[in-house]
Amino acid sequence: MDELTSLTLAQARTGLAKKDFTAVELADAHLAAMERARALNAYVLETPERASAMAKAADARIAKGTAGPLEGIPLAIKDLFATENVRTTACSKILGDFSPAYESSVTENLWRDGAVLLGKTNNDEFAMGSSNETSAFGPVISPWRRKGSNTPLVPGGSSGGSAAAVAANLALGATGTDTGGSIRQPASFTGIVGIKPTYGRCSRWGTVAFASSLDQAGPFARTVRDTAILMRSMAGYDEKDATSVDTPVPDYEAAVGKSIKGMRIGIPKQYRIDGMPAEIETLWQQGGAWLKAAGAELVEVSLPHTKYALPAYYIVAPAEASSNLARYDGVRYGLRVPGQDVNGMYEKTRAEGFGPEVRRRIMIGTYVLSAGYYDAYYLRAQQVRTLIKKDFEDCFNAGVDAMLTPATPSAAFGIGEKGKADPVEMYLNDVFTVTVNMAGLPGIAVPAGVDGQGLPLGLQLIGRPFDEEALFSLAHVIEKAAGTFHPKSWW
Amino acid sequence: MSTSTSKLIRGATGDWEVVIGLEVHAQVTSHAKLFSGASTEFGGAPNAHVSLVDAAMPGMLPVINEECVKQAVRTGLGLNARINLRSVFDRKNYFYPDLPQGYQISQFKSPIVGEGEVVVDVPDGETVTIGIERLHLEQDAGKSIHDQHPSMSYVDLNRSGVALMEIVSRPDLRSSEEAKAYVTKLRSILRYLGTCDGDMEKGSLRADVNVSVRKPGDPLGTRCEIKNVNSIRFIGQAIEHEARRQIDILEEGGSIVQETRLFDPDRGETRSMRSKEEAHDYRYFPDPDLLPLEFDQAYVDELKAHLPELPDDKKARFARDFALSGYDASVLVAERATAEFFEAVAKGRDAKAAANWVINELTGRLNKEGKEISSSPVSSGQLGAILDLVHEQTISGKIAKDLFEIVWTEGGDPRALVEARGLKQVTDVGAIERMIDEIVAANPDKALQAKEKPAVIGWFVGQVMKSSGGKANPQAVNDLLKRKLGI
Repeated sequence: MDELTSLTLAQARTGLAKKDFTAVELADAHLAAMERARALNAYVLETPERASAMAKAADARIAKGTAGPLEGIPLAIKDLFATENVRTTACSKILGDFSPAYESSVTENLWRDGAVLLGKTNNDEFAMGSSNETSAFGPVISPWRRKGSNTPLVPGGSSGGSAAAVAANLALGATGTDTGGSIRQPASFTGIVGIKPTYGRCSRWGTVAFASSLDQAGPFARTVRDTAILMRSMAGYDEKDATSVDTPVPDYEAAVGKSIKGMRIGIPKQYRIDGMPAEIETLWQQGGAWLKAAGAELVEVSLPHTKYALPAYYIVAPAEASSNLARYDGVRYGLRVPGQDVNGMYEKTRAEGFGPEVRRRIMIGTYVLSAGYYDAYYLRAQQVRTLIKKDFEDCFNAGVDAMLTPATPSAAFGIGEKGKADPVEMYLNDVFTVTVNMAGLPGIAVPAGVDGQGLPLGLQLIGRPFDEEALFSLAHVIEKAAGTFHPKSWW
Repeated sequence: MSTSTSKLIRGATGDWEVVIGLEVHAQVTSHAKLFSGASTEFGGAPNAHVSLVDAAMPGMLPVINEECVKQAVRTGLGLNARINLRSVFDRKNYFYPDLPQGYQISQFKSPIVGEGEVVVDVPDGETVTIGIERLHLEQDAGKSIHDQHPSMSYVDLNRSGVALMEIVSRPDLRSSEEAKAYVTKLRSILRYLGTCDGDMEKGSLRADVNVSVRKPGDPLGTRCEIKNVNSIRFIGQAIEHEARRQIDILEEGGSIVQETRLFDPDRGETRSMRSKEEAHDYRYFPDPDLLPLEFDQAYVDELKAHLPELPDDKKARFARDFALSGYDASVLVAERATAEFFEAVAKGRDAKAAANWVINELTGRLNKEGKEISSSPVSSGQLGAILDLVHEQTISGKIAKDLFEIVWTEGGDPRALVEARGLKQVTDVGAIERMIDEIVAANPDKALQAKEKPAVIGWFVGQVMKSSGGKANPQAVNDLLKRKLGI
């Protein structure tokens, strides 16, 4: 059965079409692997019955010749996506056993195309975190380990469960959400591919909100092609999301393998930060060399406001979060802890329901929006955001097609190693990724090598708005040169 | 703006001027809520009209209802106001059980409608122009019900998310009469436009009333805001009471605390709800779920081209075309249905008579029975027919009133009723002469008296009308009596 779980999504698609195996067999193989891998804590809910039913229906459609583009493909879904009648908690105690009466638009699109739900994956509570340690269900253990060490490592976050599930062959692909790097950073930490599409490309309807102006859903998979296949199904205009953009969804898979000859790739000098490990600098140069060898032109570019991105992000995101999370008040659904009066009930419910990181961000957000502080913090952060966006626009207008940067400032770290004393230490993980969210651009993380301890490292490609195709073409060149990376099973 | 002395309030230390500004919340007439497809119908079972968005389920997003935008723009045009082609929805953050999102979506910094004005006729005959500061769109909250359970409150979200227009006036009002006239006029404009039904009993229109007092010529005093007053009469009472309360405090050497107050209609007084210190910090910021609301001038022009004739224009036209007094015209145009009824009656007839009948007989009778003109038992056609019968002297004015009453209670064609019930005026001189001869013969002393005092003729007229059952033509009776009595 292990052969089935180690297939790429594209290979599984072919195998199903050729009837080499059935969707039920494919789902069963994954369900068995999930059961064996519970030590990773990647899934917070396994849905074997639903998986079997969906796989059976997929087999029927394959038999009838009415198969969709993802027919029978088993996927893991981040617990931020509402799944109808399937517990959806955003990995927070405050949602309790909340079971939505509706399906998120993104997952609805996946089921429309024939995909099969394996279960809901772990994430940082309300997607707030970069290590998956803030989840109410406990941390995810990365399938990767340092050479000669048993130290448990983080898979990155916030979509750590999805990344770990894909890296450990517990799903052929997964959904994630990315507000400041929550797809690209865990993809990079676990040696897989993850893309944050342009803001407005995937509907946010039915996805638990963290920071509405930054949140964007995207896929994880083990290859660039697989990621492109999933992306096509997830993307699309949705009239239920006012920020969704009505522009046709291209065939992203067709961009995989396309020549990058003549493309101009910007290397932003501001991403060469102090204290960045030499291995990452080397990898970055290697990535540039691969692209150059494939016919692209490298140009140094300047994004002068980069250094303000992280502090501005940590104002905008908590501000929106403090308001978005106000609805978890114990009145209509989820956890309710009784109090003396309604205010007492609010206080107790929210104190008990939210973990420390979520509480911290609600407080930061409340503070920066308060009368007397709004102009100094929130308004200024929004101004910075405009400048960051303009930095990118200037480069793109000057003829740059995409940018190449490291995805993360380090490889995966150990559980409990970071952010205990100073949360900012954890926030620094997002230094290369938040700019992309602030500017609303697409960004892809693609594995490019391993560090001295054998841990995967990724590179990030940043594209023009709605030019995800360029990213798939470029990432594929890196993938071809670097190869793919798989953890050795220890679980 | 100076205040005529008649509006000043007398205090122990001299005259005081009251300064009033109103924030009127008008429910937008639309089938669906502002950001969800749920119904806005009034009176459904609790929580019958609640969508996933209204209940603020996780991951739900608002999408603007274009009908509400259209209605707000039309209202802005009706208030002669600037329409902002770009406006922004903000979140107003606070916790309350009937506010499921934990914030109200409103427009704080950039409203859809900017400055405008409303011309108001005050009953004392004065006309004042009241400035409109802004109109913005916002969501209504749900309703908390506290009296159904000993320790719990119930929440009904039917109204949660219903679109409201908040219409903010400048502090241009100087008396409770002006404030009442302003709300009446505003309501009339909204009803003409069909953008709000103005039904205050159902809460479709309610006002937050800002009141302060000062000595004439002084800078503005500290104001108190009286929340959620839901009838025009109560608005007047609340202002009267609040102004007096503030004057009493100031005259006793105290000072006014800026605060939010509630009006208690049973006791006719306002009382404190919360002070400025307890005021919320609403942490307004642009709602990231919604893009700025943008449309072009052509959209506004198109809506403008299809606006109905509004009360001010109609009033001017009535005064001009029907030669009506300003007062009659303004009474007739206050309600669109009344104006239309009047126009139907006046068409091809004596407009002054039509106006008198609609204003006095019809409106009086409608008010007596608490009926709307739209459900008047006497139609404009029937009233027109009654007027025609008077005009051609088939019936007298007095009979006309009786006939109106018959039509009101029994219905039917007035002309046929006159025939069937013998209500026709008697113009047959011979018949009237016979009645006069009988009465004069029976009252020789009165006849003698009339020669000395011609006023006594009135007594004879009354007698003749009585014996004719009111049907004798009064002019004919007069003429004949004068001849017979030799006056």
